[in-house]
Amino acid sequence: MLKIINGEIYDPVNNINGEVREIYVDKGQITASVAGGRTIDAAGMVVMPGGVDMHCHIAGPKVNTARKMRPEDHRLDPAPRTPFTRSGVGKTVPTTFVTGYRYAAMGYTTAFDAAVPPMAARHAHEEFSDTPIIDKGFFVLMGNNEFIMRQIAAGEHEKLRHYVAWLLQASKGYGVKLVNPGGVEMWKSLGNARSIDDEVTGFGVTPRQIIESLAEVCMELRLPHCAHIHCNNLGVAGNWQTTMDTMKALDGRRGHLAHVQFHSYGGRPGKLFTSRVQELAEYVNTHPNLTVDIGQVLFGDTTSMTGDGPLAYMLHQISGRKWVNVDVENEEGCGIVPVEYKDKNYVHTTQWAIGLEWFLLIRDPWRIALSTDHPNGASFIAYPRIIRLLMDREYRREMLKHVNPKAIAKTTLPDQDREYSLYEIAIITRAAPARILGLKNKGHLGVGADADITIYDKNEDKEKMFSSPRYVIKEGEVLVEDGHIRQETYGRTLYVSPQYDPAVEKDIREYFDRYYTIQFENYPVQLENYLPRPEEVAID
Amino acid sequence: MTTLTLKLQPKAPLEGEAITPDNFLGKPAAAIAGLPAMHGNEPALLGDFFQVDGDGSEEIVLVGDLRRVKSIAAGMTRGTVIIQGDAGMHLGAGMRGGEIKVYGNAGDWTGAELAGGKIYIRGNAGHGLGGAYRGSRRGMNRGLIIVDGNAGNEVGAVMRRGVIAVAGNAGDFTGAFMIAGSLIVFGQMGIRAGAGLLRGSIVSLKPAELLPTYRYACTCRPDFLNLIYQKLKREGMSIPDGCATGAYKRYSGDFNRSGKGEILIYDQR
Repeated sequence: MLKIINGEIYDPVNNINGEVREIYVDKGQITASVAGGRTIDAAGMVVMPGGVDMHCHIAGPKVNTARKMRPEDHRLDPAPRTPFTRSGVGKTVPTTFVTGYRYAAMGYTTAFDAAVPPMAARHAHEEFSDTPIIDKGFFVLMGNNEFIMRQIAAGEHEKLRHYVAWLLQASKGYGVKLVNPGGVEMWKSLGNARSIDDEVTGFGVTPRQIIESLAEVCMELRLPHCAHIHCNNLGVAGNWQTTMDTMKALDGRRGHLAHVQFHSYGGRPGKLFTSRVQELAEYVNTHPNLTVDIGQVLFGDTTSMTGDGPLAYMLHQISGRKWVNVDVENEEGCGIVPVEYKDKNYVHTTQWAIGLEWFLLIRDPWRIALSTDHPNGASFIAYPRIIRLLMDREYRREMLKHVNPKAIAKTTLPDQDREYSLYEIAIITRAAPARILGLKNKGHLGVGADADITIYDKNEDKEKMFSSPRYVIKEGEVLVEDGHIRQETYGRTLYVSPQYDPAVEKDIREYFDRYYTIQFENYPVQLENYLPRPEEVAID
Repeated sequence: MTTLTLKLQPKAPLEGEAITPDNFLGKPAAAIAGLPAMHGNEPALLGDFFQVDGDGSEEIVLVGDLRRVKSIAAGMTRGTVIIQGDAGMHLGAGMRGGEIKVYGNAGDWTGAELAGGKIYIRGNAGHGLGGAYRGSRRGMNRGLIIVDGNAGNEVGAVMRRGVIAVAGNAGDFTGAFMIAGSLIVFGQMGIRAGAGLLRGSIVSLKPAELLPTYRYACTCRPDFLNLIYQKLKREGMSIPDGCATGAYKRYSGDFNRSGKGEILIYDQR
């Protein structure tokens, strides 16, 4: 039992904007009252729900491959054992334990891995069971699944829906993810999708059909989270047109566009690019079916990891650095490259500015989520710095002096005066991602919510304030005090379990026998063996 | 002068990165003995293993069998470290200035990712001499390493600048993935010397089995070698007769990469 008194509460879901109220916690939930227990005096402090990261890469084979590939990264950031925590290494691809600790130490209590091929779901769950403190889940890659493309080509929408439901059940995933729909399949025969109307080699479908069908299926299955889309042509000059086409193709269906910063470039392919955020942001502003997360870039060394194999190849060709390319049979691809973003570089400055433009040009904060697409744009450790960039106009102007002046002159960033308030920050880091994900018990402090609470000391320097919260409470337990982890717990794994017609299994079994190297029986992840603390999120 | 005499042989590796002139300067002997050093996974003090004499100065003398003391003088920027005995792994790794002299053998990764300064080893050196740690984009980047004995595998791997001279033999993958710089082996090189070489020169006074991605270019007498030999002589290394004025067969490579590098083999005719 726990009582938090005298704190300034920022709880946008319940319209509480900085009022001093009391919060009561019992049995891991927020309650209306409580008798006895510890009392935290949060006088002069800011109280928010625990942070929710809706798009990051923290588990599964791609993350592990990146760990193996970057010993030089880990050498710079050892995380020694403490009486309460295990040892590990940090930097751009931290070990599972350090991932959990660092999220928690920053006040984040929930994180979703954005790209797990169903074939690798077991591995992702195994890493999740070693990721302490935070609640987690993942989105299942479906945008290049051969079975799905066959059903779309054959017009078998019913069967497609049953298959998607089966796949979510089999992988114990949370949502449907599309990565460069169709393009990764084409990359396997050395091509790529250049527009959403290119035909996928050998399947007779287009990215447009994949996007439409899967967005439709997500709505028909009433999944808590809509289709999560990484558009075609990521990082290519002129790709804003593809992004716009994708948004138009959704045509009123719900859709979430991931790391839009990487998809907002004007210009011609192969040339330097410019920002086209204004047109895209205006479209998002006027279409309430769309939500976005940003994928903000920050300057420094990081690791790009993606299901988008051709993108990794492009980055490798530009930088000449080592890379990994993986073909996940029948399902997906994957690529990993180390990347260094430099502030004097024209392209990198443009990317940095585009991310910030997105934050400042979207009028409704409920429709965007703060993300760096960890570790693609930057590590999640950079979130406090992004918050400062958004809340502190002067700091932003100071930063503008150090970046590439030619690039910055072609963006609208120098003209943007908007500053985020604490209330808006609470929306984009907690309330909005929780709502976009369809998590009813997260991202707010109303009665019945999970007692995931972060308490910050007030500080004019918002980066300092948000990087080391005074207290972090997870399921009612005070885990972080004064910036140090005091207790190690393990969070839950969130998944969905949509219904499907078992008759579809016969077709899937035949498909497995014919094309997969793995037996049908060995494919699904067993709940009891792989999810130590499962929580099924209800479908309404 | 500060003298550290090993009085107790560590049971597990002792992390000696505290032993640098930068760290000792201006500290009395008692304070130096109180500097922390990890012994295996247990915290310990330098004084637990060393007898410390003399107050902190720019010159440190280490005496004893230090094979289990790792990272001695790693990252040092000034002063002199003299080791009377064998040194452990990572000696002078990432060092930026000053001088290290070892009157004995040195372990693996000696002078790895060196960024300046001089290392002189009278005995043999281990693997990864002046090399790059796993995954690093650059190994040695400035500085001079001289070995009187033999060296192990991956000497000067991914080297960017500087000079390494080995009087004896060198192991496999000598100068692998070198970006630039000069690497001279007076003895025999192991297999796959210069694999993935981008630019830079690898010199050997003995015939070597080269990779098929190296191509014979010409026989020449490069002037720059003369300058390097003179420099090495001044540093106290003995240079065999004739090699400064003799002819060298130049092999260009590695054609798997740019083909802009070279391996020079002394022409003994």
